[in-house]
Amino acid sequence: MSVILKTEKLHVAFSSREFRQTAKIALNSLDLEVNTGEVFGFLGPNGAGKTTTINVLLGFVPPTSGSASLFGIDVRQPIARQRIGYLPEMTYYYKFLTAEELLRFYARIFGLSRTEADTRIDRLLKLVELEPARKRPIKSYSKGMQQRVGLAQALINDPDLLILDEPTSGLDPLGRMKVREIIQRLKNEGKTVFFSSHELGEVETVCDRVSIIHQGELKAIGSVSEVMGQRASLEKAFLDIIGYQLQPAP
Amino acid sequence: MNTIFALAGVAIKELYRRKDFYVLFIITILICLVMASVNIFNDAKIVRYLKEISLLLIWISSLVIAITTTARQIPAERENRTLLPLLAKPLTRMQLILGKFLGCWIACGLTLLCFYIFFGALAASREHQLPLLNYFQAATLHWFMLGVVVALSLFGSLVFAAPSSNSTICFVFVAGILLVGRHLNQVAVTLAEPGRSITYAIYYAIPHLELFDVRDLIIHNWPLMAWKYFGLAILYALAYMAALLIAACLVFRRKAVN
Repeated sequence: MSVILKTEKLHVAFSSREFRQTAKIALNSLDLEVNTGEVFGFLGPNGAGKTTTINVLLGFVPPTSGSASLFGIDVRQPIARQRIGYLPEMTYYYKFLTAEELLRFYARIFGLSRTEADTRIDRLLKLVELEPARKRPIKSYSKGMQQRVGLAQALINDPDLLILDEPTSGLDPLGRMKVREIIQRLKNEGKTVFFSSHELGEVETVCDRVSIIHQGELKAIGSVSEVMGQRASLEKAFLDIIGYQLQPAP
Repeated sequence: MNTIFALAGVAIKELYRRKDFYVLFIITILICLVMASVNIFNDAKIVRYLKEISLLLIWISSLVIAITTTARQIPAERENRTLLPLLAKPLTRMQLILGKFLGCWIACGLTLLCFYIFFGALAASREHQLPLLNYFQAATLHWFMLGVVVALSLFGSLVFAAPSSNSTICFVFVAGILLVGRHLNQVAVTLAEPGRSITYAIYYAIPHLELFDVRDLIIHNWPLMAWKYFGLAILYALAYMAALLIAACLVFRRKAVN
């Protein structure tokens, strides 16, 4: 199995604009490796550094020190993003476009031919179950449908690596189930999926390996059973690892 | 180039699927038609006033469309978070700026085409003549002037956070140039130092948009302007567009995405 995503001693500090304020350390010496074909869950409480890590991987934020690479290419090179798909947390796509037009737009950015784009758009709209709504403007879509069109745009280039930032955030149970099914299907197709989530039950179901990050530092990494150890659930393990003490009920 | 055209296509679609253009176009048509239907003072040359007012409305409408459409492009991408999936594609920030610019500029060109076709038809119905080359020169220079305004507005959208503040500042700046830009050198002569040098510096630095205002060519049916000067005006506009786009790319390169 080859390494598809790698960070080495990744350090990100945001300088404060306030006088005499020290820089905020968002990531501290983060080492991650994701292998081809695995579904990797990236967990951590709010503000732990999950989105910062994803932003570094996508080239949005430059690392202060250390390195990050996708397919062995430094993430600062735009070409490193040629074979990835990315779904950000709750995005409101161009509401004046239809799902078909949106996917065609992204296909053009990847330089796909018209025939190739048509084939992929048909396949993806079926995959995300938006075939009947393909000609409707996105402004008429529900939240779940918008998230699924987002997933379709992330897959338009048939990526080898999919980066999903809280893909089920804000969705109802049915929406979550549908997104989970899609991730499962992608896993069966041999795609590598790297996703951050707060839904530990969902992570437990679909992930091959997980990592837990807290205050910018990697606290645990391994298969779900390795991270859980002797604990009853992944949720219990997560709380223990980030150092949260459950208060006894009065 | 395909990437830039794809981005431009979205900006064009946005313009014709929103109501802004239709509202301004219908208002302009209604005002012009009402004016055309009356003959005030039985003046035989009333058509000149009609043309002057109609062209003024077209100029105002085109500036409103150019500034408001461009000013919201990047802030809307940021607010709706579509900037993230976009920049996660193999696309450079410079391509994004160029795509947005091209889209807004072409959209303005299409808008102008609609306005000038209507205006030409209206004027021809009253005057029974249509000097096409005069229209071509006036509309082309108008379009290139809008190119400078679009580039300015795009640059402003990266400097000012809110589209409303950017639009207001752009309107004031453009109106200021159109109304007083050409007189700044005369004002400078009357000032003491350092006011004189500062005013001269502003006079030479600002894009002189008033140079592109050749409405009189079609209002008074004047002879065509020399093609040499027409070409120079186009080059002048292209130079300012390039300078503003380079500045926008430099600002955007340092800008945090999220």
